[in-house]
Amino acid sequence: MTDTSVRPDRPVLPRYDRPSAAAFLGYAFGVALLVWCLAGAGFSVDKVLSAPPRFADFAARAFPPNFDPAVLSRLGWKMVETMQIAIAGAVIGVILSLPVALLAARGLIAGNWVNQIVRVGLSFIRAVPDIAWALVFVVAVGLGPFAGMLAIVVDTIGFCGRFFADDMEGVDKGPAESLTATGARKLDVVACATIPAAMPAFVSTALYALEKAVRSSTILGLVGAGGIGIELKVGFDLFDYPTAMTVILMIAVVVIAIEQLSGWARVKIIGEQR
Amino acid sequence: MRVTRNSMPSSVTDLDLRPAARVSPASQPRPPLDHVSVSPVDIEARAVAKRFGETAIFQDVSFRLARGEAVALVGANGAGKSTLLRCAMGLIPVSAGEVHLLGQPASAARGRALRSLRARIGLVSQSHNLVPRLSALSNVVHGMLGKSPGPRHWSHMIAPQAVREAALEALDRVGMADFAGRRADRLSGGQSQRVAIARAIVGAPEVLFADEPCASLDPQAGEDVMELFFRLVRNEGTTVVFTSHNIDHALRYGDRVLGLSGGRMELDATAASLTARDLRGLYD
Repeated sequence: MTDTSVRPDRPVLPRYDRPSAAAFLGYAFGVALLVWCLAGAGFSVDKVLSAPPRFADFAARAFPPNFDPAVLSRLGWKMVETMQIAIAGAVIGVILSLPVALLAARGLIAGNWVNQIVRVGLSFIRAVPDIAWALVFVVAVGLGPFAGMLAIVVDTIGFCGRFFADDMEGVDKGPAESLTATGARKLDVVACATIPAAMPAFVSTALYALEKAVRSSTILGLVGAGGIGIELKVGFDLFDYPTAMTVILMIAVVVIAIEQLSGWARVKIIGEQR
Repeated sequence: MRVTRNSMPSSVTDLDLRPAARVSPASQPRPPLDHVSVSPVDIEARAVAKRFGETAIFQDVSFRLARGEAVALVGANGAGKSTLLRCAMGLIPVSAGEVHLLGQPASAARGRALRSLRARIGLVSQSHNLVPRLSALSNVVHGMLGKSPGPRHWSHMIAPQAVREAALEALDRVGMADFAGRRADRLSGGQSQRVAIARAIVGAPEVLFADEPCASLDPQAGEDVMELFFRLVRNEGTTVVFTSHNIDHALRYGDRVLGLSGGRMELDATAASLTARDLRGLYD
């Protein structure tokens, strides 16, 4: 029979560990950093307290939104253009991301130097906001939706290229090892084992990229890169708050609808488990 | 104590390594072990050592496996059995010594030469290692990639008809032809391992490595898989190296048993000369 008696000298595990001096200094530094950032951001309790009345004033002037059929028709076509920019840009971006990700993923096809160079390039792309890319492409190809689409393409490559690479690095290496053991080339191993194993994550990332592209494309018009954003800017510039509110509501409805559709597609394509 | 109870040719270089007829009729009994002592050597390890950083996994490991032999590699967890298999296949580099596989220096081969060598071997893993979202048939078609690389072998849907038929034939031999279109992640453990065996044998490998092929299966499925595996490979005269914690399997399916313990090859003997007690000593 097992002896269940407790040793008197048995060590007691404390519920909490006392933080080390270094850890305590780290916490203190974190709090100080937050306070410093709030100061730099102009955080003001007075302004927070005075904001609701101003917001209520805006809401009073914006409601009811402008549901005039002519306005709705004009805004509707602009929203269609916004969706065209988002879908075209996201699809092309996702397709171009795959070869980029293959070069960025460590231990797949390219050597360490190539991995690092491509990853730094992707970091640069992500570091530049999509609206800045839109400004660059407006200069390069002129005003209009094409500049917006190119901005979405580049933004999607920066996003998907990195996450596709991470997804491929994270898959179970077993199937790839089994194919490598039979003499398969690296490209064949990646195509037959790595990419199929990473496909659920690719689909999830690509759908999120589409949602992100839709959100981005709604504001690219602010800098003349097409889409409904220009209507929002004009609405605010002319103090036409009812029309601006209509634009905001249309954007909200479309973005929420895309997110719901994306969630449904994610479950259908990947399965319930993810 | 090191045990050695067999005799082998003195060197791989002084043997006739011309390709031999590898298919023997299924009804023909397997030749006795005495016969393999004069057969060409398929695998030879010379003073092989492997370290991961400062940690030595094994050292001074030497052995020679004759063509057509079935060899069980046994040892406790962490003894380095799987690592030794991977070194033998050239999947990971050795830290010292050299490995010759099918007469070629596997430990020194690189690039195309290494791929050509690997195209002559097969691997069955403990975790089956099928690509989960692909069909059983596509997984088996992938077993031909070493001999026939390229996009046409990425899926059974675009594979050449001869390859597709060879893959279906391999699935049929493991009793899985009816499941050819089923996704690998929807197969049971035993079914999955059978498909993995089909993938390993579809290219008619000359040497098959099996890393604890039934470790993830329940006892009955494990027995079935081992029975099937050895029935298939013995009929082809394939050289087999398998690792196992199952002493009964090592003695029943191996012609020879190699034992790793304490980072050294402590046992190299014919299965017929060993008892279960001899092998249990490796786990102490």
